[in-house]
Amino acid sequence: MRRISKSFSGVRALNNAQLTAGAGEIHAVMGENGAGKSTLIKILAGAYTADPDGEIRIDGALVAIDTPATALASGIAVIYQELSLSPNLTVAENIYLGREMRRGILADRASMQARCRGILTSLGATFGPRTLVSSLSVAERQLVEIARAIHANARILVMDEPTAALSAHESERLFDLMLRLRERGLAIIYVSHRMAEVTRLADRVTVLRDGAFVGTIPRTDLTPERLVRMMVGRDLAGFYKKATKPGPAGVQPPFFEVRGMGDGRRVHDCSFALRNGEILGIAGLVGSGRTEMARLIFGADPATRGHIVLDGSTVKIDSPRRAIDAGIVYLTEDRKGLGLFLDMSVRDNINTMVLAEDARMGGVVDFARTNARARQAIESLSIRVRNGSAPVNGLSGGNQQKVLLSRLLQPKPRVIILDEPTRGVDIGAKSEIYKIMDGLARGGTGIIFISSELPEVIGIADRVLVMRGGRIVGELGGMTGQPITQEAIMELATAEDEGLEA
Amino acid sequence: MSLPGQYSGARGEGAPSAAPAVRLVRRGIGHGLRTVGMLPVLIVLCIGFELLTDRFGTWQNLSIVMQQASINVVLAAGMTFVILTSGIDLSVGSMLAASAMVALIASKVPGWGMIGIPAGLATGLGFGAINGGLIAGFRLPPFIVTLGMLTAVRGFARLLGNDQTVINSSLPFAFIGNGTLLGIPLLVIISAAVVVISWFILRRTVLGIHVYSVGGNPGGARLAGIRVWAVLLFVYSFSGLCAGLGGVMSAGRLYAANGIQLGQSYELDAIAAVILGGTSFVGGIGSIWGTLVGALIIAVMSNGLILTGVPDIWQYIVKGLVIIGAVTLDHFRQSGEART
Repeated sequence: MRRISKSFSGVRALNNAQLTAGAGEIHAVMGENGAGKSTLIKILAGAYTADPDGEIRIDGALVAIDTPATALASGIAVIYQELSLSPNLTVAENIYLGREMRRGILADRASMQARCRGILTSLGATFGPRTLVSSLSVAERQLVEIARAIHANARILVMDEPTAALSAHESERLFDLMLRLRERGLAIIYVSHRMAEVTRLADRVTVLRDGAFVGTIPRTDLTPERLVRMMVGRDLAGFYKKATKPGPAGVQPPFFEVRGMGDGRRVHDCSFALRNGEILGIAGLVGSGRTEMARLIFGADPATRGHIVLDGSTVKIDSPRRAIDAGIVYLTEDRKGLGLFLDMSVRDNINTMVLAEDARMGGVVDFARTNARARQAIESLSIRVRNGSAPVNGLSGGNQQKVLLSRLLQPKPRVIILDEPTRGVDIGAKSEIYKIMDGLARGGTGIIFISSELPEVIGIADRVLVMRGGRIVGELGGMTGQPITQEAIMELATAEDEGLEA
Repeated sequence: MSLPGQYSGARGEGAPSAAPAVRLVRRGIGHGLRTVGMLPVLIVLCIGFELLTDRFGTWQNLSIVMQQASINVVLAAGMTFVILTSGIDLSVGSMLAASAMVALIASKVPGWGMIGIPAGLATGLGFGAINGGLIAGFRLPPFIVTLGMLTAVRGFARLLGNDQTVINSSLPFAFIGNGTLLGIPLLVIISAAVVVISWFILRRTVLGIHVYSVGGNPGGARLAGIRVWAVLLFVYSFSGLCAGLGGVMSAGRLYAANGIQLGQSYELDAIAAVILGGTSFVGGIGSIWGTLVGALIIAVMSNGLILTGVPDIWQYIVKGLVIIGAVTLDHFRQSGEART
């Protein structure tokens, strides 16, 4: 692959990336969240079409991959994190999906199953072709996906974080299989966050950063230190203002505490405290449980254990309504899906949380007050919109985010949880959002700031918690004395679990 | 984010210089559809029938049309709330029948005949609350719950009269169905009042804005602290109450109610009125005025097709095709606007 770029509505997600893999090679792709790994893979899979100019060659011949079907025809099979099998069908039916063998108009099940059995045995599967996929474990389903790829005569196997959902033992078996597939002459492109796996398996590693190609290094030059440096080594943009630091944070006692929070599945035993005016960053890889923990605190999902202490007394929070009433608000990472009411006006979107308390006569909307709030919010957050009655879906991402943010500010919260507040907004709006956060912190609001962009976490947070596998695995800054650096965060976020796995 | 206009390029219409004009026209059409809905269709239908029959436009006939529309307007008003939350209420016809039965049976209580009115309303409200409770409390799909209630409540209505027609020739509230105020039938006044009240709730109260919020983005509504379950409980209860009112109106008009036939397939006319009125099945988009126009279109079509002598069977076919046409329009408006 050469000169591969991809833009989404003007934003370049991938810029001149390149990747070369040979037969019988395991080629790892690494990079932070948002570095462009998934975009690159989706282009290879035909899910996205690359911007013109880019080229993909197989055996030297230019191939045009514009749909998943052409990718498959070119011998490329992709195994995504979210597996794409139909759980209601059998293993054989899944392997043959879309290419069913026929005898006349009838599906030839017997032949399909016989052929599948051969492939499955060669992969070391312990289940048969007639097993229902819904009864298989994640690792076994992965095996079915691999079988499907081999059955389709794929020559290039792309795997996106295949070990993310596997136990240590299952991962080992997958590695064995990958090594055997390499001997068969397959090229395996392997995306992973896990340093240990990459240094152990990969013949070569390509690193992406901010959508750009950083470099490809062969196995012989591979060290964890070098990889981390390649992944994070960028200039710290100068626009992170941290006027509050070194503020009173650390001196006064915390007013808000989360104790032993967990849901028994994706979040385990998370505890931390927050002080007035403190910006607490939460870093970690995608899937490390940051959003899930935030949703537990906000009452959006049921917590099985743990509680929240506000001003020294325990508060019961079992719904977002309770959280808002207690002075805790949450900015979702999914602005359009779980945030804004896109068909409604800017004014209605800003007033959502305070409509009821502003209302007259027990429920009649007080339009004078809603208009006043909207005007005030538009002005103070400099939202670029004609007036409050304009529909919110006509706004840019940054302005939409500011509308959502101003909704959260209406009830005058004491704790604000911001989940990826700068995702999908342009650089100007980003810096404005930082300023808003800074202003809030100075006003004494406690801010919990979840972000995958390390430079902004480092630039803004007074203290950083790092999550991995649903647990808080480290703390940097604040009174720990450890400096907040990209390397330190990445090391905590990507470290292997030493025997933690059951 | 993309406006309806960005579409124009994709369809390859006109030279680049024409694009802004195309965009303006597109936006104009989209905007117009939303605000005036099917009003032009209604007007064209009225003019057409007047030209074809010249009996259509008489005051007497228009009065009949509005009376015929009135019960469907009331049912459709409740249905509008439900569909705005992206739900559906298939049980309104059955609830109407049960409410009419209860109203008539209660009207026979000596000296207390007027109790039939609150009894009928309470019956509808009660069944609506059961719908809402099941849908909001157990998060069951509205289609299935109200489909079950469609059958169960119909059985209940038949049970009430031992499967007989209940008649009360000295019905104390017959004025509801047959009286007039300033020359306007009371049925029409009641349905107009329901429309105005619905408008007030939807556009002037917190509850109304929450109805739109829940329909537009249920997950977002919950995260914004809106009690989604309470909103759902309300809309199904309100739809039940409207069906109860429809039952009282129907009883008052006919002096009688029959558990088997009364209200059969009324839910379909109510849904058709709402959809014709531009309320989206996806939820969050629509207005009560649109529903009113939709219900009038259905009534005008029924009346006009009879006046022009179209055979009964063909009336069904024409009505069905008009509804499909309207849903097609809804679909295009969706795809034009929801590209964000």
